[in-house]
Amino acid sequence: MPEVIPAGSVGLVEPKAIHFDQSLALNCGEQLDGFQLMIETYGELNPARSNAVLICHALSGHHHAAGYHCMEDRKPGWWDNCIGPGKPIDTHRFFVVALNNLGGCHGSTGPTSHNPKTGNAYGPDFPVVTVVDWVNSQAMLADYLGIEQWAAVVGGSLGGMQALQWSIAYPERLRHAIIIASAARLSAQNIAFNEVARQAIMSDDQFFGGRYLEENSMPRKGLGLARMVGHITYLSDDAMGSKFGRELKNEGFSYDYNVEFQIESYLRYQGESFSGSFDANTYLLMTRVLDYFDPASDYGNSLSSALSRATAKFFLASFSTDWRFSPERSREIVDALIDAGKDVNYLEVDAAHGHDAFLMDIPRYMRGLTAYMNRVAEECL
Amino acid sequence: MSRGDFEIIRSWIPPGSRILDLACGDGQLLHELHKEKQVSGYGLEINSQNIEACIEKGVNVIEQNLDRGLGNFKPGSFDTVIMTQALQVMRFPHLVLEEMLRVGRQCIVTFPNFGHWRCRLYLSAHGRMPVSKFMPYTWYDTPNIHFCTVRDFEALCREKNYRMLNRMVVDRSYTSGLAGRVWPNLMGEVAIYQLTANAGKR
Repeated sequence: MPEVIPAGSVGLVEPKAIHFDQSLALNCGEQLDGFQLMIETYGELNPARSNAVLICHALSGHHHAAGYHCMEDRKPGWWDNCIGPGKPIDTHRFFVVALNNLGGCHGSTGPTSHNPKTGNAYGPDFPVVTVVDWVNSQAMLADYLGIEQWAAVVGGSLGGMQALQWSIAYPERLRHAIIIASAARLSAQNIAFNEVARQAIMSDDQFFGGRYLEENSMPRKGLGLARMVGHITYLSDDAMGSKFGRELKNEGFSYDYNVEFQIESYLRYQGESFSGSFDANTYLLMTRVLDYFDPASDYGNSLSSALSRATAKFFLASFSTDWRFSPERSREIVDALIDAGKDVNYLEVDAAHGHDAFLMDIPRYMRGLTAYMNRVAEECL
Repeated sequence: MSRGDFEIIRSWIPPGSRILDLACGDGQLLHELHKEKQVSGYGLEINSQNIEACIEKGVNVIEQNLDRGLGNFKPGSFDTVIMTQALQVMRFPHLVLEEMLRVGRQCIVTFPNFGHWRCRLYLSAHGRMPVSKFMPYTWYDTPNIHFCTVRDFEALCREKNYRMLNRMVVDRSYTSGLAGRVWPNLMGEVAIYQLTANAGKR
């Protein structure tokens, strides 16, 4: 809990629900007749409306990217170290928009929302949306906010996929795409991890085919297990080793299958706390969004052809020990951009933290991003 | 402020070229080429301060270690591949040259000439590896692991069948003189070559 709001924080912020009456045609063939997006904004839109930055969230993210909701909050928004006055995404200079994507469970229309056709929560009937659908809904949000062109669209991991999709789908509507620890498509190994997560959820006897809310239940075990697997893949071997090593919970072995090692305790805690605050159907959906993303598939599997339409300038960064979204995946995007003759900057940061590095205060990464965002800001006048 | 070898290189680059600058440093050369010759292109660099300086200038910079090769670049995808004062730092200079001429239609390299009279004098007088303001390292901590002379370099070019489009040797203030044209290997402190792999008639 912050006794006082720390310097460099955007301070107390309030989420807003934006309702859209227009229908949105989805990739899967279905359409949403009206929907809601939960957003937060930080900073001021300038008179030229040229300084807006869109923040796209990753798998378990949402609209609360920076600041605090109340003085009792234990933690600030998920990317508070990057967004705020004087921070890399400087709210003195930028009007920052963060949202919860469609299918999320933090206030935007998703599986936990009321389905007007049945009167119950959507649950498993919520359509499987895609990055393409998300970006279309974000474009509607930009229209609503009166933002014709983003100064930058920014995202890490799954968020980076959205920034990449923006540059292809709406080339004239963004000047910069900032893609961190991401990929243009998941590898088989990555899809495999998602499948383990989904199986963990769907095989929980409290899952009820996704209709657990109607049964007044939650597949908490399965969702917790899914999160545990995820967590392992977000950390590097070294990071886990230095944080936990082989440290035991109690003195000596107890020769049973209860928690023995600190790492087990940590994973169980992460799984349990996550499963109390996240929706299982949303988790299934988010992993599918990741699996399906592959913009090159519409262009004969050539990413450089897909990117030939792009007019944005690109900044990419990856992290040496990230094996979930490894530097190779980022390099694929960089190579395609070079092949397509686009402007691109690429940082490959030595960092011990694995995939989680993209959310951390790593000096070299922060300095590079700051230098780039300064240039973005200079063009906003 | 512009480095003297940059001025010479600039005069060899046609406007609008597509350039790849290996070990591009703070991006000064690409920045100047972009301003004056409207070139497009990228710099490769691994030093983080240099990378930040490139970003600040608006120069496209890619973090890539040259010792890992240029395998991610397509053949002939650049008009000119440039490498200034870095050939002697490479693990396999001959392979880097080969890669430069695969990726670019031509290349420009500059390197310190170890055949310069001052080096020869230092070595023969002191019997020790030359150390100067220009090459300030001692033998064990130098990043320059593959020094060569103008004659060494040209022998490699002949062996590889590279055609020399331009050659210039300059002194430490980057001026060229008659002596350098007559005795390049003795009088040149920095050698600047423009090469192509298309071996023409000699």
